[in-house]
Amino acid sequence: MSRQFIKGNDAIIVGALQAGCRAYYGYPITPASEIAHAAALHFPALGGTFIQAESEIAAINMVYGTAGMGIRTMTASSSPGFSLKQEGLSYLAGAELPCVVVNVVRGGPGLGNIAPEQGDYFQVTKGGGHGNYRLIALAPNCAQEMCDLTVLGFDLADKYRNPVCLMADGFTGQMMEPVAVPAAKAVPFDHTEWCVRGDAATHKNLVSSIFLESEDLEAHNLKLDAKYKEIEKNEVRYEEYLCDDADLIIVAYGILSRIVYSTIDQARAAGKKVGLLRPITLWPYPSKIIAEYSERDVQFLSVELSTGQMVEDVKLAVEGRAPVHFYGRCGGMVPGGEELLAEYDKILEGVKS
Amino acid sequence: MSETLQKADPFIEIDGELCKGCKLCIDVCPKTVISISDKLNGSSYHPAYYLGHDCTGCGLCFYACPEPAAIRVVKP
Amino acid sequence: MKVFEKPTSFYPRFERKGGPHKETTHYCPGCGHGNVHKMIAEAMDDLGIRERTVFVSPVGCSVFGYYYFDCGNIQAAHGRAPAVATGIKRANPDSIVISYQGDGDLAAIGTAETLHAANRGENITVFFVNNAIYGMTGGQMAPTTMIGQKTATTPRGRIETEHGNPIRMAEIISTLPAAGYVERVAIGTSKHIMKARKAIRKALTNQVENRGYSFVEILSVCPTGWKMDSPDARDWLLNEMTQVFPLGVYKDDAGERENEWYRPVEPFVPEKVDAYFSAGNFEEADEPIKLDKSLQCKFAGFGGQGILTLGLFMAQVGMRGKLHASWIPSYGPEMRGGTANCSVNLSEARIGTPLVDRPNVLVVMNQPSLEAFEKDVVDGGTILIDSGIVESKPDGDRLNCILIPATKIADEVGTPKVANVVMLGALCAATGAFELDFVEETLRAVVKKRNLVDMNITALKRGYDFVRNGG
Repeated sequence: MSRQFIKGNDAIIVGALQAGCRAYYGYPITPASEIAHAAALHFPALGGTFIQAESEIAAINMVYGTAGMGIRTMTASSSPGFSLKQEGLSYLAGAELPCVVVNVVRGGPGLGNIAPEQGDYFQVTKGGGHGNYRLIALAPNCAQEMCDLTVLGFDLADKYRNPVCLMADGFTGQMMEPVAVPAAKAVPFDHTEWCVRGDAATHKNLVSSIFLESEDLEAHNLKLDAKYKEIEKNEVRYEEYLCDDADLIIVAYGILSRIVYSTIDQARAAGKKVGLLRPITLWPYPSKIIAEYSERDVQFLSVELSTGQMVEDVKLAVEGRAPVHFYGRCGGMVPGGEELLAEYDKILEGVKS
Repeated sequence: MSETLQKADPFIEIDGELCKGCKLCIDVCPKTVISISDKLNGSSYHPAYYLGHDCTGCGLCFYACPEPAAIRVVKP
Repeated sequence: MKVFEKPTSFYPRFERKGGPHKETTHYCPGCGHGNVHKMIAEAMDDLGIRERTVFVSPVGCSVFGYYYFDCGNIQAAHGRAPAVATGIKRANPDSIVISYQGDGDLAAIGTAETLHAANRGENITVFFVNNAIYGMTGGQMAPTTMIGQKTATTPRGRIETEHGNPIRMAEIISTLPAAGYVERVAIGTSKHIMKARKAIRKALTNQVENRGYSFVEILSVCPTGWKMDSPDARDWLLNEMTQVFPLGVYKDDAGERENEWYRPVEPFVPEKVDAYFSAGNFEEADEPIKLDKSLQCKFAGFGGQGILTLGLFMAQVGMRGKLHASWIPSYGPEMRGGTANCSVNLSEARIGTPLVDRPNVLVVMNQPSLEAFEKDVVDGGTILIDSGIVESKPDGDRLNCILIPATKIADEVGTPKVANVVMLGALCAATGAFELDFVEETLRAVVKKRNLVDMNITALKRGYDFVRNGG
């Protein structure tokens, strides 16, 4: 297995090509442009397709075309561009087309700024487009995961015929770390049954999200819903660090989970029982493990680069059994370790008093 | 009409149930051999029908007709 | 014998269509879509391309194209058919891709997709059915609605100063060099229909022969939306619409282009991808390097001094030594203030935050950086300073201060550009974390400009020796 010292943004493209992605369609936007740069370099070199589309909307619809052929394809953008892709994502979900869409989240709302944020959590996990649908949402926190979760994303997309969003942030994109490049393996899915490749084997197939009759559309929605429940059952992924005996469990994902990780040992060294629970899948959300921990004497703190979005999912999981606190910074402001430790102290001292 | 003569002559087949009565075939027919029925078909349209003679098999009615299968023209 | 009958590229029965009538279309009586469908299906029969064809249905009355065509069918979002068609054609250049669109779809909500697919010369065929009105949504103004034409949203007629003018897509597209064939035809008299039939056939033949982008605008009728009977609608089309939308060939370069627009792609070959990404990897140490303590380094200076590259070299040395390593450039608000900086972590254990806010090693190459970051350095930490550039001295009681005239040494080596590597050498000597030989080997592996390798190695050694010899 080869290792490379590369940026998270580049690692996405390495992962994509290793996973058998054959076409990348994108539109430049900071801080996701480097993904397109890497794609422009590597996809044609490996006989794949790279197109700089005329818009984010065109890019996601090119993805729709290639995904409709059962061929692995992707696009990447950052928050304002991801907003423009919502129409396409709704169609992709409705037509059950597998693909990977990266959102390197930046500061919003509106044009906001190019600094890292997690303010797109609702948009990514609750569906920013119209209709009853879900995106599988993966949240990497290092360059290795930018690569590995891209590979996983393609597998999950194919397995469930559903778009997958890799929700990253400016830090995980810009950061360079050693990345062990996973071995490329043949794609273990055959989509001949439903896809449209422009060949004899698939010429009877139809890719569409239109169901004119109400009964048909309800049935389609229920079918999707059953699929989403299956995903919720099978695909929850998270990481725990010293949660077992914790008085305070910090819930954090993406780059913030790295900052929190650094604070856990410091807090423990000072005799404070703090643990980290890191959702790797933002949808499906690790509600069950949070619910289990909430059965005992513990408090939760959701730390986010937002004004409080994921904290709602923590509360939904806890269902009032334990206190749930929130601490967030946004606009590109990122809390340092000392700032977080002070926040832990406030909560833990509140318990004692 | 003898049977041999029938086979040699071009003719038009209009499926009255598939016709929506737009009259475009009548409009384009150079020989005026198509007319519109007084009766309604199953979809409540007055369908076109072939008068039964003098078709030259030019096929213009076929292309003027927006329906895929309402008109068939045979030129032996 | 000649028989004119339903082409076999139509389904025998339209099973996807709801309701009892499985042999008729869903279109209104006299609608032009049916004529165009028929001519496309006939051309597909004659060219023998039915099984290779992918028909992209738009949004509009022809959204249900997939009821009828016995080929691969993909239904697209409103206006996006050319982008979807692009994604299909690029992934399988041997497919025959038809983007079938109405006027709202192609010339209003999807104008960008239309123009850019043409401008890229996508090897697809676009059929543009222009009937000057929105049919599906109930007779509203289209981008091609005529001046004076009454619609649901122009109840007083289309007025130039209020609604703009009918847009002429064939003319616009014909200005794009990569568009191969552009013609406007009409579903009017039989003569017109026969011309349309020829144009449709040609546009598909072009694609079969990889002659690039073909665009056929078909003036059509909407008797329902226009509130006319069918023969009157055809008359209006011929008498009024063709005045604003003149018929004819607007461009035809396709004849000289056979096979020019075939864009080959290769299937996924795992071994090939593996080989591609493992090429040029450098060899790592056999055993992980031992560190006395984790290094949390900050590198700061002016942009252009190679300060980010210095940090990167350091991180690569660590990685090659099988340590956990991270590098991250300044990002977000801290970028303000004229300094470029990066954080590097090297550790035997997993690295938490890649951001270094309390460094134990600080390398500064300009005055503002010293002022910005000296206070952050932990007590007993090491600070390396380019003493040729930075004038003030840090707190020597609290910190281990090392002053190196790096830029001056670099000048002596041959170029100020290697001042960053002089600092790297000094850093190795100061921390004692890495053997000089190991750093040298790493540099040889990672310096991209091969002609600068030797100069970099000299700079590295000079910096190292400077610190080892006590400055």
